[in-house]
Amino acid sequence: MRIERPLRLDSGARLEQVEIAFETYGRLNAEKSNAILVCHALTGDHHLASAHPVTGKRGWWDRMVGVGRPLDPERHFIICSNVLGGCMGSTGPSSINPETGEPFGLSFPVITIADMVRAQAMLVDELGIETLLCVIGGSMGGMQVLQWAADYPERLFSAVCIAATARHSAQNIAFHEVGRQAIMADPDWRGGDYARQGARPQKGLAVARMAAHITYLSEAALQRKFGRELQRDGLSWGFDADFQVESYLRYQGAAFVDRFDANSYLYITRAMDYFDLAAPHGGVLAEAFRGLKSTPFFVMSFTSDWLYPTPESRTVVRALNAAGAKASFVEVESDKGHDAFLLDEPVMDAALHGFLGSVAASRGLP
Amino acid sequence: MSEERRPDQPAREDFREILRLVRPGARVLDVGCGEGDLLELLVREKGVDGRGIEISAAGVSACLSRGLAVMQGDADRDLAEFPARAFDYAILSQTLQAVREPRTVLANLLRLADRAIVSFPNFGHWRVRTALAISGRMPNTRVLRDPWWSTPNIHLCTLRDFTDLCADLDLRIEAAAALSAGRPARSMNPVAALENWRAESALFMLSRGRPPVAAPVEPTPESPSATRTPDLFG
Repeated sequence: MRIERPLRLDSGARLEQVEIAFETYGRLNAEKSNAILVCHALTGDHHLASAHPVTGKRGWWDRMVGVGRPLDPERHFIICSNVLGGCMGSTGPSSINPETGEPFGLSFPVITIADMVRAQAMLVDELGIETLLCVIGGSMGGMQVLQWAADYPERLFSAVCIAATARHSAQNIAFHEVGRQAIMADPDWRGGDYARQGARPQKGLAVARMAAHITYLSEAALQRKFGRELQRDGLSWGFDADFQVESYLRYQGAAFVDRFDANSYLYITRAMDYFDLAAPHGGVLAEAFRGLKSTPFFVMSFTSDWLYPTPESRTVVRALNAAGAKASFVEVESDKGHDAFLLDEPVMDAALHGFLGSVAASRGLP
Repeated sequence: MSEERRPDQPAREDFREILRLVRPGARVLDVGCGEGDLLELLVREKGVDGRGIEISAAGVSACLSRGLAVMQGDADRDLAEFPARAFDYAILSQTLQAVREPRTVLANLLRLADRAIVSFPNFGHWRVRTALAISGRMPNTRVLRDPWWSTPNIHLCTLRDFTDLCADLDLRIEAAAALSAGRPARSMNPVAALENWRAESALFMLSRGRPPVAAPVEPTPESPSATRTPDLFG
């Protein structure tokens, strides 16, 4: 969908004719009261529950969507859009700059989580929806949920924030910087101009993905999955992928470059690093949630998530309580690390199902 | 909390008494809310704005599906999640004896609420005393059922111990009731020596204030701190 209104960005820049790629599942009811917006994580996209056009794999949260599941197309109108700055159809650094007719590259303005949310709100406007039944997301998707709560509280009937944080920590920024430096150190990055010059910084992007991927898992999960298992009998006495964990990471890196754009990775990680929801409110997070009134707000974390550990979620919950929102919180016992929110976690499913069921009921929905 | 933290619930006698004490439309925090039975009752019968704290994820899930706002946590660590005077009532039902720091928990309840409603098994009850005196073993009564090595009740106290602590914390006892399984709650004078023998469990409504008065107390209709400033819970 093309947004005809210009999109004003936090940096002061403006983007014209922004494209937002999105998918919907289910049908919007006559009252337009059953819409749920799902926000994706750093390298996700709008293929929530549909096959990915590049990899052919199932949607990233396919397991959550379906009849009788927490996101139920027979009951909900489910919207998922590719974030601003992304590379799967929404306007981003790999898009053609309408002014020059060339890919933006590094001339694309730096964006923020709030900019992504502003673009989503415009999409929701275009769909004719005033108030969303729920905004839900994990990781960077959860940051967008928090931003929605701060910027459009009156448009949320409820919200779910999973495995996220209200601001990026020094460690979060540090890991992202490793990834960005890996991309920029790749000679094929060409100062960000690789698209015009017909190159692709695949090695750098793969290394960025490898480093990041470790942060999405837990030590226990890595140990359980791979231990010190070898790829072949015996060591190579060289630098081949002797260990299965090396081979796994190399595969993850190589597979990632097929479906993701290096500059998008720079821009989106930057947006996450810039995220500090309390900063514009004098550092008082509760002030960011002032507009929420008694909005049901469900926060979830995972015990083994060391990227956005439970205390980050508790900070959010404390601020929500201070602001008077109807905050609920669960810490799910899991050894799968940050990515647990994408995986089979029955406690998460049950909690989400219960929460969405009750908010639907309190809005008079079946 | 989960059943194991709240093992000795005297049926619903304390629920009924709590329901009687809570003012309609009040803001209520139930610490250890389990699957939300009491909260749901309070929402339905008294139209309260209810929140809960529950230690088990399964309990929180059950509450969520009932439309209740509940946070996973426990009384010892997580009462700090709420701002001061966020509630009119904070309820701690049959759990005080199972927390690590009862004194701190009690003080915290009255930091975040104007009134605390607390119930606990009375270790001064005649059954407990005679069980200990005769068998020479830790009492195993209908209220205290687990063996000493697996009981969640690590800080048992008698009525007298409890009223002493209230005096020490400068808490006012606004109401006290004796609870026995199968019988309706009975209003009592908590400092009367006989009650320390008779009450199987006890339920108190406390507020910040002067030391407890000796006379039998009825719940006062007006909070002693009626001039409180508006707070963050709207």
